[in-house]
Amino acid sequence: MFRDRDIISIRDFTRDELTKIFNEAYEMEKNLDKRLDILRDKVLALLFFEPSTRTMFSFQTAMYRLGGETLIFSDVGKSSMAKGETLGDTIRIIDGYSDCIVIRHWMEGTAKYAADIAESPVINAGDGTREHPTQTMIDLYTIWRVKGDVDNLNIGLLGDLKYGRAVTSLIYGLMKFDVNKLYLISPKELRIRDEVRDSLNKAGLEYIETDDIKGVLNKLDVLYVTRIQKERFPDPTEYERVRGSYQVDKSLLEYAREGLIILHPLPRVDEISYDVDETRHAYYFKQARYGVPVRMALLKLVMVG
Amino acid sequence: MSEKLLVRKIRDGTVIDHIPAGSALDVLKVLGVTGKEGFRISIVMNTDSMKLGKKDIIKIEGRELNLEEVNIIALIAPTATINIIRGYRVVKKEKVEIPDYIEDIVKCANPNCVTNLEKGLKTRFKVVSRRPLLLKCLYCDRYTTLEDIYRQFIRREPAK
Repeated sequence: MFRDRDIISIRDFTRDELTKIFNEAYEMEKNLDKRLDILRDKVLALLFFEPSTRTMFSFQTAMYRLGGETLIFSDVGKSSMAKGETLGDTIRIIDGYSDCIVIRHWMEGTAKYAADIAESPVINAGDGTREHPTQTMIDLYTIWRVKGDVDNLNIGLLGDLKYGRAVTSLIYGLMKFDVNKLYLISPKELRIRDEVRDSLNKAGLEYIETDDIKGVLNKLDVLYVTRIQKERFPDPTEYERVRGSYQVDKSLLEYAREGLIILHPLPRVDEISYDVDETRHAYYFKQARYGVPVRMALLKLVMVG
Repeated sequence: MSEKLLVRKIRDGTVIDHIPAGSALDVLKVLGVTGKEGFRISIVMNTDSMKLGKKDIIKIEGRELNLEEVNIIALIAPTATINIIRGYRVVKKEKVEIPDYIEDIVKCANPNCVTNLEKGLKTRFKVVSRRPLLLKCLYCDRYTTLEDIYRQFIRREPAK
């Protein structure tokens, strides 16, 4: 079911498969202070053509905890690509050195392309604005762990829904569950892309699009906040128009349900003010910590089944 | 004036018939036919058609279109029929059809797509809709529309 499988899009997974990852991750939580030998002879290549903190380090930590080794490539300037080597050739070479490749790139479709070339399984750690499926596994796992289930919840997604890859993947992931209603909250310029809207309509998931966070906050069980990512905007004036257009702070949370949880793929800039960290609603640091057990589960499933 | 007076039969080559009226020049452009190649080319535009009301016809002497070229025509002139002529006889007659998947002939409209940036990588699209034409890139998921294809080949909007 999982062995040697490429992880390109969250859409490739069934609900049962995601639940299997959650159960495996839950088991892995018991091993976060150990070094197991499940992947003792395995090498994981981490190819990061874009900056990363959480994703890269959590993959590295996950591999360490499972007993394997990692090769890290995170500075294009020091690689053969700086000499003009194509991405395809780089993948072919790294494929020969490793048992699994994790790739992040600013170009959309890179992971799919790498998977077409490599014999080893390829895991998409973010391809441009397109998708970030392992982040979605962590997001869904956090909801599953904290709320006990993903079904029957009202889930709000706030921020850059157009260029944000984590939130795009999350929308696709939520389509696998019986979510009660999805609230897509963003400035008009940053609403979901056409192909995502078409998928939502096809899935029959009930959703609304709004720019009024205050008006819908008291309906929400989960609020997923994203950063407006300057680096994703093709037009800088478009970025200037929308920057700072929303902020979740402690005063806004007076409108929130008792059990609201706030998630964020991080890093944040100013979209969640620091006074929210101390509230019962803040779960984003816990969410970041779940990155290790979820990625341990995934690496185990992909490399040894 | 009858069509025969305008365009005589060709001995060898290709006749593209039933082109939507006003699109013949676009078809030549996407085929990369400029007139400087030396082939004898006849174009009839806005002539009467039982099927379409009005239509365009292109006759190219000395050149047979290949499958890839037929596929391009399918995207911008979906009603067209392609007749391959040898020795004044039609040896093959094909109605163009937009296939379910399209490879290589169209560029992805997303400038950030890996297919636009990686040397030697061919584009691959799933045809999501034929009318209006909507292609989904199998690498980046973005849509490419008929307008995008026109911009790519012709740099102007499609004929309405």
